Amino acid sequence: MSASEPRVGFFTDTSVCIGCKACEVACKEWNQVPADPQGFTGTSYDNSGELGADRWRHVAFIEQKLPVGVEGAAPDSWVQEAAKQNLVEQGLEPERDEDGFRWLMSSDVCKHCTEAGCLDGCPTGSIFRTEFGTVVVQEDICNGCGYCVVACPFGVLDQREEDGRVWKCTLCYDRLKDDMEPACAQACPTDSIQFGELAELRERAADRIEVLHQRGQSEARLYGESEDDGVGGFGAFFLLLDEPETYRLPPDPVVPTRMAGKVWGAGLAAAGAMAAGIAASFIAGARR
Amino acid sequence: MGTSFGRGGATTFQQDLQNSDCIVIMGSNMAECHPVGFQWVIEARERGAKVIHVDPRFTRTSAMADLHVPLRAGSDIAFLGGIVNYILENGREFRPYVQAYTNARTIVSDDFRDTEDLEGVFSGLDRVGKKYERESWQYKGMEVGASAGEREHGEAEGEQAHGAHGGELHHGEPPEEDETLRDPRCVFQLLKRHYSRYTPEMVERICGVPRETFLEVAEALCENSGRERTSAFCYAVGWTQHTVGVQYIRTAAIVQLLLGNIGRPGGGIMALRGHASIQGSTDIPTLFNILPGYLPMPHAHERTSLDLYVDRNAPPTGFWGNTRAYMVSLLKAWWRGAATAENDFCFDYLPRIDKDHSHYRTVADMADNKLEGYFVMGENPAVGSANSKLQRLALANLKWLVVRDFNEIETASFWHDSPEIESGELRSEEIGTEVFLMPAAAHSEKDGSFTNTQRLLQWHHKAVEPKEDQRSELWFMYHLGRRIKEKLAESEDPRDRPILDLTWDYPTVGPDQEPSAEAVLKEINGYDADGEPLPDYLPLKDDGSTSCGCWIYAGCFADGVNQTARRKPGGEQSWVAPEWAWAWPMNRRIIYNRASADPDGEPWSERKRYVWWDAEEEEWTGEDVPDFSPEKRPDYIPPEDAKAQDALRGDEPFIMQGDGRAWLYAPNGIVDGPFPTHYEPQESPFSNPLYPQQANPVREQYQRRDNPYNPTGDEPGADVFPFVMTTYRLTEHHTAGAMTRTLPYLAELQPEMFCEISPELARERGLRHGEWATIVSSRAAIEARVMVTERVKPLTVDGRTVHQVGLPYHWGNRGMAKGDSANDLFPFALDPNVHIQEVKAATCDIVPGRRPRGPERLDLVESYRERAR
Amino acid sequence: MSGDVDRAVAGRDTYVHGERGHPRTREERMVPREQPTTYYGRPVVKPPVWKPEIPFYFFFGGLAGASAVMASVATFLGRPKLARRAWIGAFVGVTASPALLVSDLGMPSRFLNMLRVFKVTSPMSLGAWLLAANGGATTLGAALNLAQPDRRGGAPEVAAAALGAPLATYTAVLICNTAVPAWSEARAEMPFVFGASAAASAAGAALLSVSPEDAAPARRLGVAAAVVEEAATVVMHKRLGPLASAYEEGKAGRFGKAARVLSLAGAAALAAGGHRRSVAAAGGSLLLAGSVCKRWSVFKAGFQSAEDPLQTVRTQRERIALEGGGA
Repeated sequence: MSASEPRVGFFTDTSVCIGCKACEVACKEWNQVPADPQGFTGTSYDNSGELGADRWRHVAFIEQKLPVGVEGAAPDSWVQEAAKQNLVEQGLEPERDEDGFRWLMSSDVCKHCTEAGCLDGCPTGSIFRTEFGTVVVQEDICNGCGYCVVACPFGVLDQREEDGRVWKCTLCYDRLKDDMEPACAQACPTDSIQFGELAELRERAADRIEVLHQRGQSEARLYGESEDDGVGGFGAFFLLLDEPETYRLPPDPVVPTRMAGKVWGAGLAAAGAMAAGIAASFIAGARR
Repeated sequence: MGTSFGRGGATTFQQDLQNSDCIVIMGSNMAECHPVGFQWVIEARERGAKVIHVDPRFTRTSAMADLHVPLRAGSDIAFLGGIVNYILENGREFRPYVQAYTNARTIVSDDFRDTEDLEGVFSGLDRVGKKYERESWQYKGMEVGASAGEREHGEAEGEQAHGAHGGELHHGEPPEEDETLRDPRCVFQLLKRHYSRYTPEMVERICGVPRETFLEVAEALCENSGRERTSAFCYAVGWTQHTVGVQYIRTAAIVQLLLGNIGRPGGGIMALRGHASIQGSTDIPTLFNILPGYLPMPHAHERTSLDLYVDRNAPPTGFWGNTRAYMVSLLKAWWRGAATAENDFCFDYLPRIDKDHSHYRTVADMADNKLEGYFVMGENPAVGSANSKLQRLALANLKWLVVRDFNEIETASFWHDSPEIESGELRSEEIGTEVFLMPAAAHSEKDGSFTNTQRLLQWHHKAVEPKEDQRSELWFMYHLGRRIKEKLAESEDPRDRPILDLTWDYPTVGPDQEPSAEAVLKEINGYDADGEPLPDYLPLKDDGSTSCGCWIYAGCFADGVNQTARRKPGGEQSWVAPEWAWAWPMNRRIIYNRASADPDGEPWSERKRYVWWDAEEEEWTGEDVPDFSPEKRPDYIPPEDAKAQDALRGDEPFIMQGDGRAWLYAPNGIVDGPFPTHYEPQESPFSNPLYPQQANPVREQYQRRDNPYNPTGDEPGADVFPFVMTTYRLTEHHTAGAMTRTLPYLAELQPEMFCEISPELARERGLRHGEWATIVSSRAAIEARVMVTERVKPLTVDGRTVHQVGLPYHWGNRGMAKGDSANDLFPFALDPNVHIQEVKAATCDIVPGRRPRGPERLDLVESYRERAR
Repeated sequence: MSGDVDRAVAGRDTYVHGERGHPRTREERMVPREQPTTYYGRPVVKPPVWKPEIPFYFFFGGLAGASAVMASVATFLGRPKLARRAWIGAFVGVTASPALLVSDLGMPSRFLNMLRVFKVTSPMSLGAWLLAANGGATTLGAALNLAQPDRRGGAPEVAAAALGAPLATYTAVLICNTAVPAWSEARAEMPFVFGASAAASAAGAALLSVSPEDAAPARRLGVAAAVVEEAATVVMHKRLGPLASAYEEGKAGRFGKAARVLSLAGAAALAAGGHRRSVAAAGGSLLLAGSVCKRWSVFKAGFQSAEDPLQTVRTQRERIALEGGGA
């Protein structure tokens, strides 16, 4: 694919996300993604669940509190949590007034990886890299083999029921062609979702992290901004306020392609061994 | 806010919040309900502002704030009063501002008695009539003229009642003042005394807010106010939906005036109104007691005429001094040629109101079989109004009901599909109401304007034609009126003349004959004597030569250009963006902005300059349209015979008020007290710790069998409903859910009715996260899924723990996302100034499990009522 | 999400920060957690969308590939009875396999798109081509064997063997070259497990009908393959550490136990009484059943592994701790 345009992508700054879900709705409206009601899930304000064939932007909600009995110490293990329950039952106050509380909100999306497992694994050539550097599924080619689904380290793609094909965020390819920004970026009222040239977004993100660290928010970190990571850097990267797994994100994603050589090596070695074994079972007898 | 400053509306605009040094969001969940506007709070935060969110729950707004302060729903006046006390006790007020721009120095009548004197009430209370006589509240030396007894007051106070009703002020100045602010009868000292017991300890006791946290808020506001810094308040219905709602806002107004924040960039009070055009719905009112531009609706007095009306309602000073011109121009707009000087410009065509005709009064009458017909347009009271059960039962007494909406909402379907049908209280075959369901066009299918929370009129253009029978409101009302006129065409009855003489000749367009919305806007803008569109309201005359459908909107079609349709991008103009759309009045974005300069016309500081006097050009100039007579010098003293705005001095920024000053003390324009006072809500688990007077003595109650109140305070049986309940909104749904529970993409985001409770309450009542709970009050029992969350905390109030139950109110039994309606639980209990229901604080019980079905549901409620007797 | 709705509170999680909890004023460094967290227990990667056709495909593909090798060797070494059976086994394999694959597709009508590109980075692409090529070679080989039972072998048979061997193990490459932790981390051993299982199934199929005097190589192969399969499995599970639970618990665990019992029983039967026709046939059936169960076990383990977020998170956290990341 010729790189006729500079590579574009998303910088999702979760430190200013207000959890409004305009991104979820705008995406569905523009792309005519089917509704996929989950019912009341009880997982904070997240009744959407996770990214999937019918959800290409997903807002996560994480309620967090300071654990009892610890002050700047190791975080809660299951044992500590259980202990806290007992404390409460004994009538001791589980919370002090100075307890901190925070509610993390974050809009997840396909990462449009530089080295994309889905693209590398797609046997029909349906998944391709566009002139914008984004990763798109051509729905007129996809036959729903499902390999991309397990090749994605982030659990982004999924097969659409009754349709059979696999669907995911296109970074609004059609809107990009018309010089518009993706629907989610346009809808986001606080500019948590920023769209633009990837190089420029990375600079902006580096500045933003500086600012947050200077303010004392030392837990703020970028996720997916570095080309040295396991997928060669994300086309849609994030500013997170906690570890990735808190948000359902893998802490160290690696594109499966990187180990393909080794796996094939083992595969061919095993093939050879098997053939040798089969031959040996004939020859051993013949020698007898 | 009308009472305190002169106009009822946000004093600033959301974009201005970026200039704030401290923002207190209280009585509002701004990120949740004004997500787009909230970007400006985030902008402020990025620039170093401190953002504080005071709310019973930790919400999506709290997640973005520096400090969340949980407080007991219904105790905000104690909190804000505590801030007033803090400011005054510590001398933190912005003295020059207070001295010059407020009525702090005015001496109050010797007959005035404060709540400190009368165990929680003010002088003049008529307990039987449930109202205050306000003679004793007036300024000392004010003549209480004949007009006072016949003022359009009491039930007719418009929501945006402008101050200075009937206040006769000479030169715009009250007769007695103490510039040193030391006289014990001056407003400043009375204010201090009134709030003297609102100490940090009292705040902790009443609100459940720890002393240190309260002090942090008070200190943050104080250190971020003054010459160099400004703070802003943002509020919404978390404040207004109380029996003392108007007083909540008054307290914030007092705080902001003491701190000198009104009219200054980054300051002000950002009243956040929620609906796209709710501000417009009071400007061009859908309210019974006001006319466009907040002119009061005339009352049925024994003697009535235009002159008497003006006499009763127009003060001689301030811009309301031109009431006659505004009124006559309105009448000319409505009755054009038929309105002449001889017939008082058809003043008598206006209906007279003789009592409270507000929403809840009307529904109560409906329940008593006194109403035949009802139009419900773009509203869903069967879900959205308090005591929604009574709303539905009342509908069954109508002869006919017209509902205009996108689909068959609960208000339209009550006769065959409602909780009352399920319980057997109503039977379809016995309901005589004829229901007409008329399909409505959506905003993208019609031309028109919205007037949003910051007084901004924005035009929206029709993008697609409505389908089939869908029609706009404009089409409906226009053609309904046209047909009625046709039916009455031959009539000789004088009673029909008001309708027959109405200006009704709007051009129509297209196969559906859609009236031109721009033609209507032009009429609203008004025309001068030559038939040219008015540039603003200054040329309005009282001789019938001008016409104007709403004087505060004059200028929206200046130069014959639809100013509200302007779309110059923000990047191509100043941050104020005056060329995007059009704001009233006169495209001013921050009103009272004269106060951003000192009495000499200099900005209080460079950092906070906004509008100032340009001595060379001899005019006011700045970032915005000055909210002042453009050429009035700062040192102007009005001559003896000066009238209206000319009777105000050059250093009196609050040009709508009779005395040109903002009111710390409100002698008029408010029916339940010149100073806000902490009262408990209609239903509360607590006795009022401050006064023997439990609740607002003049709040509107409806003592009816179908509107029973829970026992409150220390009344026997109050412990049957031991928890505080409050209602609120979620981002994903809109009001009563008619527009959102029917859309798959939104319905799936919040599919089911749920309640939010603390882990402690869950443990106490055996409630399990993700399962069901039944919430009960004297009115009804509803069910909801349980969300146990630490975002709701138990509070320590008056020495004991109180739990709060949070209820989003969007659900009804129709649509894709169905559930019980929170409003079923609440009674009619209203603020007496504006008749707004108290749905932000009441009491309830909560138990595990789903509610009973059918008649057993009523039995459950009855069992509670028995216990509470 | 199981277990989390039972939690007393919604979204309950913990972290550490400073005293007042104000994001703006906090200075302390956040302490990394001892225990990795998850987002309400939701999976980080998606489980496969494959249907029951796939484990059977693994089986038939293995049967096809190993049988092709066996058939080719038998042809070259002049063992016509075994050769015939092996060619039949291979042919059955290469006809069943594509049918199963097509059936599993979300849009079966577009099955030809599998041959639209030849993508070196995609084991599924290479596998599709491999299957196609081997299918051709095997069919040719089988046809030749049918036509000329005494043929001593030439290029077609070499081709069938050369393509058949990788065909038997590439499906292991396919599943191990994914983000599913229990598969991906087993990439060193899985091809040997699959290869051995394939050889066992080829032997088993041949033993169903061949007479005992011709069956010796198949018997030897069957016993050896079953033992190697078991050994490779043990090594694989050991190296997987905690990830092995995906193979040992639930449905995967039950299939795995069945596979072990069946295969080893089959091997034992062959070793002890394989010179008797009925025992040989029984032993062969046991080997076949064992191979099917083994593929099902691996298949199910993939689902179980993907659905457990801690498998993904722990593995990666350990990798970060040891190597500073997998990049």
